[in-house]
Amino acid sequence: MSSSGWARLSTLTDLPGGDAPKERLGRIAVYCALVVLCAYFAAPIVLMITTSMRPLNEFMSGSIIALPRSWTSDSWVKAWSTACVGTKCLGLYPHFANSILVVVPATVISTIIGAVNGFALTKVKFRGANTVFTLIWLGCFIPYQAVIIPTAQLLGMLGLSGGLIGLSAVYTIYGIPFTTLFFRNYYLGVPDELIRSAKIDGAGFFRTFLHIILPLSPPIIIVTVIFQFTQIWNDFLFGVSFTTGANQTVTVALNNLVNTTFGVKEYNVDMAAAIIATLPTLLIYIFAGRFFMRGLTAGSVKG
Amino acid sequence: MIAQGGSVAGKALRASSGQSEAARPAPNVRSRFEVGHWIALSPSLGLLAIFIYGFIGWTAYISFSASKMVPNLQFVGWSNYQKLWRLDPWIVASQNAVVFTLLYVFIGTCVGLGLAILLNRQVRFEGLFRTIFLYPAALSLVVTGVVWKWLLNPGSGIESFAHGLGFQSFRFDWIINSQMAVYAIVIAGVWQISGFTMAIFLSALRGVDEEILRAARLDGANTWALYAHIILPAIKSSFVTVTVLLAAFALKTFDLVVAMTASGPGYSSAMPATFMFDMAFWRNQLGVSAASAITLLVFSVLIVSPYVFFRVGQVEHSH
Repeated sequence: MSSSGWARLSTLTDLPGGDAPKERLGRIAVYCALVVLCAYFAAPIVLMITTSMRPLNEFMSGSIIALPRSWTSDSWVKAWSTACVGTKCLGLYPHFANSILVVVPATVISTIIGAVNGFALTKVKFRGANTVFTLIWLGCFIPYQAVIIPTAQLLGMLGLSGGLIGLSAVYTIYGIPFTTLFFRNYYLGVPDELIRSAKIDGAGFFRTFLHIILPLSPPIIIVTVIFQFTQIWNDFLFGVSFTTGANQTVTVALNNLVNTTFGVKEYNVDMAAAIIATLPTLLIYIFAGRFFMRGLTAGSVKG
Repeated sequence: MIAQGGSVAGKALRASSGQSEAARPAPNVRSRFEVGHWIALSPSLGLLAIFIYGFIGWTAYISFSASKMVPNLQFVGWSNYQKLWRLDPWIVASQNAVVFTLLYVFIGTCVGLGLAILLNRQVRFEGLFRTIFLYPAALSLVVTGVVWKWLLNPGSGIESFAHGLGFQSFRFDWIINSQMAVYAIVIAGVWQISGFTMAIFLSALRGVDEEILRAARLDGANTWALYAHIILPAIKSSFVTVTVLLAAFALKTFDLVVAMTASGPGYSSAMPATFMFDMAFWRNQLGVSAASAITLLVFSVLIVSPYVFFRVGQVEHSH
């Protein structure tokens, strides 16, 4: 009695669709596909975490891919403070610090410049504004291979070769096309009347920017800061080209760490180091995913 | 999305500034404003003129000079380019670039579109699924390379895992096989980029007009017909975006190769970007390195320029 009642209820809810069984099969197929794809995408990070917590002797006895029988954080401590990067065995910590010293100023300065540029390109009408803007954002597309040799030569001439200041300046400059693009597109949506009334009140360019435009900008500032931080933190090409030895950023040092082996290959330390190297961008992604995604799509779709 | 946010903020403020619209700014105020505007723009314009356009020009000049370890300004015409196309590592790198780009673009587009279509079917836990598909985009390519090198290494990864399960004859050694190493890099590259293509396609799918879809449904169109005749044609501009961006990324591929194979075995998985780097920083062949960089730039421009014209057209249109 009750079972037939349930059956009738489910037929009732399925009725409007017409081909209910087919529809339900389709839903099941969708979820199956999603779960399988999830496994493919999630497996590497899950294995990174479990492997980083496995003691080394478990690799000798059993399979390399397996859950730890006993959990340990030794490899994290080693990756952070004593693992060898090239000939120095101080762990990733000094390189992590280098990355912060390089990335933070480059992110802040390129974001400020981008905001001012975006304002100048949208709210002041001048001949050739579109040409200027096109020349700026084309900088997003050039392969950096075409500028590396002159950049290295210039850094050498200025005595900044291999140092953090030069690297940070390079990131700042090549970040300007992206930050300008972001702010310019955002400010296109700010009505011109706002600026006009400020001009009538006699406010100059920078005062108008500070008092009228900047208060409207927090959303795009967050998107830009996150985009720049992630891009620069993850960069390898400039880091490996313009820094050496103790000045390497964490992304460069990670590559050296996994390629520095004395004796047994310590996969657990490699994986702990990989997670440490990506932790800041991963945390940003987890806690500000919405802004991260906006940055990715804005950096590519809009223009 | 961003433009939308801006216009919402703008709408709230438009009301308060509406009454002063009729007035005109005094001429001296306007010029003061324009001075400030040029003061604001000129440092960036100067820096980009030097660091992008000037440096490209300088690289081009080096590519026509006799530079080896140190710059040598003696003009030697096309000889660096001739040397370049006679070097086997460069030929291999170019072939790899073609193979890698085609596969990376094709598979990356298909997987991303598939993920977006699946997520667009009102699934539960969509946020969770999206988070999982997109997180590789937050990882650096070096981290991606380190993980996949470990997974694809026959002694440590998937092959040894299968052996442990009892499949002794299972072989998966692409990464150490000079014929297959470039395909191993494709696996890692596609894994890293698919979430990004998904994000672009998903935002395009969400923009398709609901009314049209409902009308087509009422006319009896099934899901396949809906996608084939309405949805996919409606999002065709995002195909252009994805294809061009992925091709541009693929041509520049550097980090992944360095982290996964270091161009090996031998130089079998070299790419133009790794070739350029080795020539400049290890072999002291600045002239040949610059020639390879300019060649890479030319191919990037060829790929990107249709898209650039498309976007410039849009920019002009919006004014």
